[in-house]
Amino acid sequence: MAGTHNLTGEQKRAIWLVAPPFIYAVLLLAVPLFAIILFSFWTQDFMTVDRTFTFNNYREIMDKPIYGSLLKRSIFVSATVTMVTVVLAYPVAYFVSFKVHPSRKSLWLFLITIPFWTSYLIRVFLWKVILGYNGVINSGLLGIGIIDEPLTFILYNVNAVIITLAHAFAPFAILPIFVALEKIDRSLLEASQDLGESKFRTFFRVTLPLSMPGLVAAVLIVFIPTIGDYVTPELMGGAGGKLIANMIQLQFLQLNNAPLGSAIAIVAMLSVTAISLVFILLNRRWLRGRS
Amino acid sequence: MKLRIYAIAYLIFLYAPIFLLPLFAFNDATIIAFPLSGFTTEWFGKLAETTALHAAVKNSLIIALATAILSTLLGMCAARAGAMSRFPGKGGILGFVMLPLVLPEIIVAVSLLVVMRQILGLNLSNGTIIAAHVLICTPFSIAILNGAFQNLDPAMEEAALDLGESRWSAFRLVTLPLVMPGIISSMLIAFTISLDEFIIAFFLTGANPTMPVYIWGLLRFPGNLPIVMALGTLLVALSIILLTIAEILRRRGIARAGGTDKGGFL
Repeated sequence: MAGTHNLTGEQKRAIWLVAPPFIYAVLLLAVPLFAIILFSFWTQDFMTVDRTFTFNNYREIMDKPIYGSLLKRSIFVSATVTMVTVVLAYPVAYFVSFKVHPSRKSLWLFLITIPFWTSYLIRVFLWKVILGYNGVINSGLLGIGIIDEPLTFILYNVNAVIITLAHAFAPFAILPIFVALEKIDRSLLEASQDLGESKFRTFFRVTLPLSMPGLVAAVLIVFIPTIGDYVTPELMGGAGGKLIANMIQLQFLQLNNAPLGSAIAIVAMLSVTAISLVFILLNRRWLRGRS
Repeated sequence: MKLRIYAIAYLIFLYAPIFLLPLFAFNDATIIAFPLSGFTTEWFGKLAETTALHAAVKNSLIIALATAILSTLLGMCAARAGAMSRFPGKGGILGFVMLPLVLPEIIVAVSLLVVMRQILGLNLSNGTIIAAHVLICTPFSIAILNGAFQNLDPAMEEAALDLGESRWSAFRLVTLPLVMPGIISSMLIAFTISLDEFIIAFFLTGANPTMPVYIWGLLRFPGNLPIVMALGTLLVALSIILLTIAEILRRRGIARAGGTDKGGFL
C-alpha cells in the first residue's frame, strides 16, 4: 500500500487486525464468485468442462422459456414476500421502539428473534402441517363451520411459498426498522405536534421519512436472500411453485452442469441487484423530492 | 393498545409452527395431522435407536464447534479493528467482510462448490462445510462483538500500557475479561447458526451428512415424520437454552464495558 509510512502506529495495528477476516473473505468469497463468473462462460462437455470462452449458457437461458418464467416467478415471489414482510413488520418495530418501556425492549427483540434461530427445515415443514389438507387451518375452519370442504389454494403453490418465506424472514425486516426508529429524535415528533400537525400527519411527514433508511435496509435484507432459497419452494411449492433456486440446485447436484448452473446463478444475482439498485435510486429521489 | 394487540398477534404468528412441534412429537400417530390421537414417548425412544442420526449429530456438533471458534476469532479481529482509529479503506474492507449477511446462501454454496470440486479438486468433507460456515457466521460474530468492543473505554488499556504491561498482556488482562461475555455470546450464536444451516451444507456435504441434511432425507419418508418432530422438539429446546445464555451474556458484556444496551443481535 502506498504511503504506509504515513500511518500512525494504531492505524497500522488496525490494518494487521483486519487483515485475517479480510483475507478469509477474499479467498472464500471473492475468489469463488470470480470462479463462477468464469465457469458461466465455459460449457459442460459430458464429464469434463470445455474451457473455450462462449456465451452459450447465457444464450440457452435467453432462448429456453423455462428459465425466464422461473426467474420471473422468483422475482415475483421475492418482491411479494418483501412487501408482505415489511408491511407486517413495521407496526411491530414501531410498537417496540415507541410504546415499549426501554427496559423491556431487549426482551421483545429477543422474543422476536428466537423463532428465527430454530431449525429452519422443520419450521418450513410445519407450515405444511398448518396449511395442509388436514392441517390446522382447514380442520379449524371446518370445525367452526366456515367452510364445507378443505381449502386447497393454500398448499403446493406459490401462495404457500410466500406465506412460509414471509414467516421465515420476519425478524430480518423488524430489526433494521427498529434500529432506524430508535435513532429518531423524539423532540422532532413533539415539535411537529406543537406546530399543529395531527398524530397521523406527524407519522407520515416526520417518522416515516426518518425511518426510511431502516425500511430500505429491511427491503434489501429480505429481497436479496429470498431469491436463493430452494427449501421452501421444494417443500411447499408443488409442481407449479418451483423457483429459480431449484433450477440452480438441479443443474449443480443432479444434472452435473456446473457451467449452466453458474450462469443461472449469476443471472439471478444480477437481476436482484439491478432491481435493488433501482429501488434505492427511486427511494433517494422520493426523499429528496420531499425535502 | 391496538398496536400492542397487533404485536402480540404477530408473535403468535411467529411462534405458531414451534408450538405445534411438541404436540406432534408426543402424538401417538404416524400421520402429522389433526385430530391428535394420544400421548406417547415412543418417537423419542426411536431417536435413541437411530444410529445414522447419531453420526449426523456428531458431525454437526464438530462442524458447529469449529465454526464457533474460528468465526469468533475472525470476528474479534474485525470488531477490534473497527473500534480503532480510521485507516484507509476501513469502511470498504469491513463492509466486504459483512457481505455474506445479505448474499443469497445458494450463491455462496455454488461458488464454493465450484472452487472446491472443480478447481481445487478437493473431496467434500466436514472441512469444506466448516470453511463455508465460518464465512457466513463471521458477520454475525462481528455484529455481536462490535457491541462489546465499541463501548470499551480505550483509556483502560492505555493505563495498563503506561503501567508497564506489554500490548498483548494489556489486551489479555484488561480488554479480554471485559469483552468475554461478548465472545461467548458470539460463539453460541455461530454454533446455533452452523448447527441449523442446511442450504450450504447440502451442497458441500461429503459422504457423512450433517444433521440438517439427514433431516432433509427423513422428510421424504412420511413414516419418519414423527421422529423428525421429536428431534425438532429437542433442537428447539436446545436452541432456546443456548440463545438465552447468549443474550444474557451479551447484555452483561455491554454493561461490563460501560455501554447502554441498544437491543438485538443485528
